[in-house]
This record gives sequence, structure tokens and C-alpha cells, in this order.
Amino acid sequence: MTRLSALLMGVGIIGHGQIVKGLLILLCEVAFIIYMIGPGAANLAMLPSLGDNPGGEVWNEAKQVYEYMEGDNSQILLLSGVITCFVIAAFIALWVLQMRHSYRLQVEKEEGRHVPTLVEDIRSLFDSNLHITLMTLPCIGILVFNIVPLVYMISMAFTTYSKEDEHLILFDWDGLNQFARVLNLNGNIGRQFWQVLRWTIVWAIFATFLNYILGMVLALIINRKDTKWKGFWRFCFVLSIAVPQFVTLMIMNIMLQPSGAINVLLQNLGLISNPLPFWTNANWAKVTIIVINLWVGIPYTLLQVTGILQNIPVELYEAARMDGAGPVKIFFSITLPYMLFVTTPYLISSFVGNINNFNVIYLLSGGGPTYVGDTAGQTDLLVTWLYKLTVDQQYYNLGAVIGIMTFVILTVVTLITYRNSGSYKNEEAFM
Amino acid sequence: MEDIKKNRISPQKQLVNFLVHLLLAVLSFVWVLPIFWIVLTSFRAEKGAYTNTFLPQGYTLDNYIKLFTDRNVLNFPKMFTNTLIIAIICCIFSTFFVLSVAYSLSRMRFGFRKTYMNIAMILGLFPGFMAMVAQYFILKSMGLTEGSAVRLGLIIVYSACTGLGFQIAKGYFDTIPKSIDEAAVIDGATQWQVFTQITMPLAKPIVIYTVMTSFIAPWVDFVFAKVICRANADQFTVAIGLWNMLQKEYLYQWYTCFAAGAVVISVPIAILFIYMQRFYVEGMSGAVKG
Repeated sequence: MTRLSALLMGVGIIGHGQIVKGLLILLCEVAFIIYMIGPGAANLAMLPSLGDNPGGEVWNEAKQVYEYMEGDNSQILLLSGVITCFVIAAFIALWVLQMRHSYRLQVEKEEGRHVPTLVEDIRSLFDSNLHITLMTLPCIGILVFNIVPLVYMISMAFTTYSKEDEHLILFDWDGLNQFARVLNLNGNIGRQFWQVLRWTIVWAIFATFLNYILGMVLALIINRKDTKWKGFWRFCFVLSIAVPQFVTLMIMNIMLQPSGAINVLLQNLGLISNPLPFWTNANWAKVTIIVINLWVGIPYTLLQVTGILQNIPVELYEAARMDGAGPVKIFFSITLPYMLFVTTPYLISSFVGNINNFNVIYLLSGGGPTYVGDTAGQTDLLVTWLYKLTVDQQYYNLGAVIGIMTFVILTVVTLITYRNSGSYKNEEAFM
Repeated sequence: MEDIKKNRISPQKQLVNFLVHLLLAVLSFVWVLPIFWIVLTSFRAEKGAYTNTFLPQGYTLDNYIKLFTDRNVLNFPKMFTNTLIIAIICCIFSTFFVLSVAYSLSRMRFGFRKTYMNIAMILGLFPGFMAMVAQYFILKSMGLTEGSAVRLGLIIVYSACTGLGFQIAKGYFDTIPKSIDEAAVIDGATQWQVFTQITMPLAKPIVIYTVMTSFIAPWVDFVFAKVICRANADQFTVAIGLWNMLQKEYLYQWYTCFAAGAVVISVPIAILFIYMQRFYVEGMSGAVKG
């Protein structure tokens, strides 16, 4: 019976007494075969060529007229090809599962144990198998709206899908050419890639560590024994998180324009005669962004570290004070190492978040200033460049390559820091 | 007692205390200034984004009135209802998704558990947009990018992947002692009953936190909404509407209304946030403890 179910799925399960479950699995197989004979095979067949019929007027002998024939649309063909691959993978997974299940039922029967009935199975879904009930829907959501789109987007990196040479409707596989273009230092795209990459990393380091350290110092100052109105100070800082980020960022953008409020204020006070070039000069823009990000980020750090700071053993501080250490020394030799040890995972995720920080850049500087002929501005991060390349300029293949490169960089950074972090190497250092 | 304490403080310490409070006052001023400025702007009588004075010359309520009555160019009331509908439905789905995933990962032991957490971590390393551009094509092939179906598309985009954001809730669940569950199981409770009748009431702070964050998400996201809505002006959410008010063609007429709109949506969100920040802190420290 179990062997037969390699061909006719579910038969083994039916044979061992679980009729409804077996029939459902058999039904899945029938549906799969119908799908594969119908659109599935066609989708797979089109996947290698991605279609090459441009469409247009075709002479119809019978009617003696030119008829408009719809051409192939590579983008849809690629998507349906990818989906078909996922359907096949799901089918294989189902096959393996039912084989295993059938075998287990057989063993149970041979040993004379009780085979669960349908009612018992359903009941177990709310008891020992509750995780299946709870996680099925979220997993389907993630598969369909995250994993499938990601694979689809990644596959675009290996095609000619872009507005260059009019490859927006019909495109072909292109191998690693786009990767070569991006990594080539001498080409136009390659030069921009390295420039964007450099700024992305500088930005992520500044944004992560400045926010972290300054936020911690602020938290320590507020938590000092002699500081009064602690709640009030905390409220002032936290208020800026409470206002939606895109609102404050857009306001900052307007306030720092050449004729915006800040320049007006400074000019009225007589401190400057010409408006400061906050967004029009590349270096000014970079510094401005990092400083504004302090405004955005420090309150978050404040919120997150306040609780943890209070967990630092008091004895450590007392011992240090006995040895005559000043507040600065105590911060660098006790507070900071302790915090780094405990919050490495948080630091990693905030570094990742900063590399992928779309809002701050897009809403503040829009990636500008941009030099003529470039697709990337001077303050563009990889993500905002990815956005511009795909949504605005329709260089989908280049955009996909940039996305993959971002992923690779993040993976490397995460693995290295995690491996070298105290909490990974020595879990008990501070316990 | 009070006097003795005061006498003990040395002049040097008093100076330090004074400087610390001064520093905090200056910093607080810097942090509150932009927020204060936007509130002022929302009551400003003169139009336009750029004025020659820092403070407004006249005050008025017209900006708020225009925001809610002018339906011709940028239909704010319509955007508001769009966002409200999307937010309510998303809130239900994402809360369910996040809590179920977090509970399963925290309490149940199954073979797929580690794999799931690893996959979630890897997916988190991809830039959010990568999936987004392709999501647009998928929604388009399902016909969810035109007319009122856009709303459904946005709901799907906002709630489908929330199962990946389980960390804070899981951290909180991890801090609830397992012995409570075990006692309930011995008394004959099923896992489902443990989940709904024991863990959920105990984890009320994190449930409230999850409900509020998922409700707020559609109000503050503008990137996904912009990519999915494209030119469907009927389906705009509040965030895209506000973003549009700052584009060149609307800036002069709509800038003060933008400020009014920002105040209108920020006040409820700020209240929700200030109310729930302690849950956030608790969840975070739970998540860090591991």
C-alpha cells in the first residue's frame, strides 16, 4: 500500500484507515496533474525563451483581413514560470510528507497501535498540533507575498528587463552581464555603484553608532540620581517618535530649504547673509542627513536602553568609584562594554535597518544633489537607488542586481559581527 | 532632614546639576521645536511654504476647515476613510498573524521552528522594496491595482507578511513562566485553551501593543501605498495625500493644510504611542533577555 502511494498519492493513507485525509491528498494530486497538463507545462516551456513573439498585425487567410495578434509579454511569462516552479516544489513536498505519513501509519498498524481517526486529528490541531493551525495562514502569506516576489525579482537580475534597448515587453535571459556591469569600476553604472556603496556604509556606521552612544549618554543623564523631572524630559524626547516619521521628515526638508524657516531665522538674526546650502551641496547634505537622523534616532535608543541600563549590577559601579574612576572612565569601561555585550543583536538589527533606511533619505534629500547623467544622487543609499532604478526609471534588471548586492553585504556584515560578538562567543561573561 | 540633605550638596555638585538641567532644557527645545513649528504653521493665516518671518503673522482655523471640506483637488476626507478601513482590517489580520506565530515559536516545539526563525532572519536582510516591486506585478496580474480593488491590494500587502515581525511579541511570551501552561495542561486544558484563556490575558500589554502598531502602520506608511496606488487618486491613503500636498504644483495652496493634516493624524497616533510605549519597553527588554 505504502509503495503504491508513491504513484497514487494518499492511497496508502486511505488503506490504513484515514479515508478523508487520503482522499484530500489524492484530490491534490489530480488537481496538480490537471494544472500541469494545462497552463503548467506551457508556463515551463516558455521559461527558457521568455517568449519572442512581438505581436502585431497578422494576415488572416480565412477572413482576408489583417488581425491584431497579441504578442508575448516576457514579464508575465517569467512570473507564471516562477509560480509554476513553486507549485511543483509544493507538490514534491506534499509527496514526501504523504509517503512519510503513510509509512508511519503502516508501522503503527503493524505494532497494533491505535490509528487516529479524523475527529482525533482535527482535535489535535487545537492541542498538540496547534502550531499547524496557527502558522499555516501566516506562512502562506509570507510564501505568496514575500518569498515568491523575492525569487521573481532575483530572477529579473539575470535578464535584459529594462528600458534600455526597449526591453520592457520582450526580454531574454542575460546571464551575469548585469552583475559584471555593476561591479565594473570603470563603467558609468559601476562608478555610481561604488560611490553609493561607500556612502551607504559610512551612513550606516554613523547613524547606528552615533545614535547608540549619544542615546545612551542621554539616558544616563536623565537617569542620574540628581536629575529632576525625569518623566518630563523623557516625554519631550519621546514626543518626536510619536509624530509619524514621514511627517517630521518632510517638515525638516521644508524647514531647511534655501528659503525655509531655519535659513530665514538665521538671516533675521543676522548670523548669515546667504542661505546655507543644506540640500544643494553634497557634503552639506550628507552631514545634514546624519544630524537629522540623530534627532530621529536618539529617542528610540533612549526608549530601548533605559530599561537595560537599570539592569547593570550596582556593585560594578561602586567598585569602580572606590577605585577612583570618574564618570567618563566608568562609562567607557563599564557601561559601554556591558551594553555592547547585551545589545549586540539590537545593534545588528539597527545597522541592517539603517542600510535599508529608505524614509530618511528619500524624504529628506530625495538622494540629491544628483549630477547630470547619473541615475544615483550623491546621498542615495542602495535602497533609494534601487527604488529610483525600478519605480522611476524602469531599469528592473539593474535594480534587482542592486537588491541582491545589498543582501550579500548585509549577510556578510551580520555574520561577521554576530560571530565576533561577546554574546555569541561567551554567553556568561557578565552573568 | 530636608535641610541637612541640602547642606550636604557641595557647590561643585550644584554647578554640575545646573549644567545638566540646562543641557536637557536646550536639547528638549531642539527636539520639540519642529513639532511646535508644525502646530504653529497649521494655524497660520498666510499661505505658502516659505515666509519671511519665523513666526506666523496671523492665526486662523481655515486650514482645518479647508482640509475637511475641499473635496475637489485633494480629497482628504476620502483619504481618511480609505486609510481607516484599511487600518481596521489590517489590524485584525496582522494581530492574529503576529500573535499566532509568536505564540507557536515561543511555546510549541516542532521541527519547522528553527527553520522558520532562520528564514525570517534571512528574509529580513533583503531590502523591503525588492519584494515590493514584484508584489506590484503579482497584484496587477490578480487585477488588484485598479479601481477600488486597490484597497484590497493594500490590505494584502500590509498584512500578508506580518508573520515575520514576531520578535517583540515572542520576547514577551518567553518571559511568561512555562509552569503556568503546564499546570493548565495537567488540569486538562488543550493548547488552544492555554493560548486563548491563559497566555493572552497574561500577555495583555503585548496584545495591546500589537493591535496598536498594526493599526498605526497604514497611517504612516507611504512607500508601499505610493507604489501600489500609482495614479489612482480615489484610493490614496492619508500618507500619500499629505506627501502630494508638498509637491510643486500644490505646495503654495496646500502647505498650511498639510500642516493641519499632519496635526490631525499625529495627535491620535501620539496619544496611542505615549500610552503604549511602556509595553514597547517591556517587550524590548524581554526580547533582549532572549
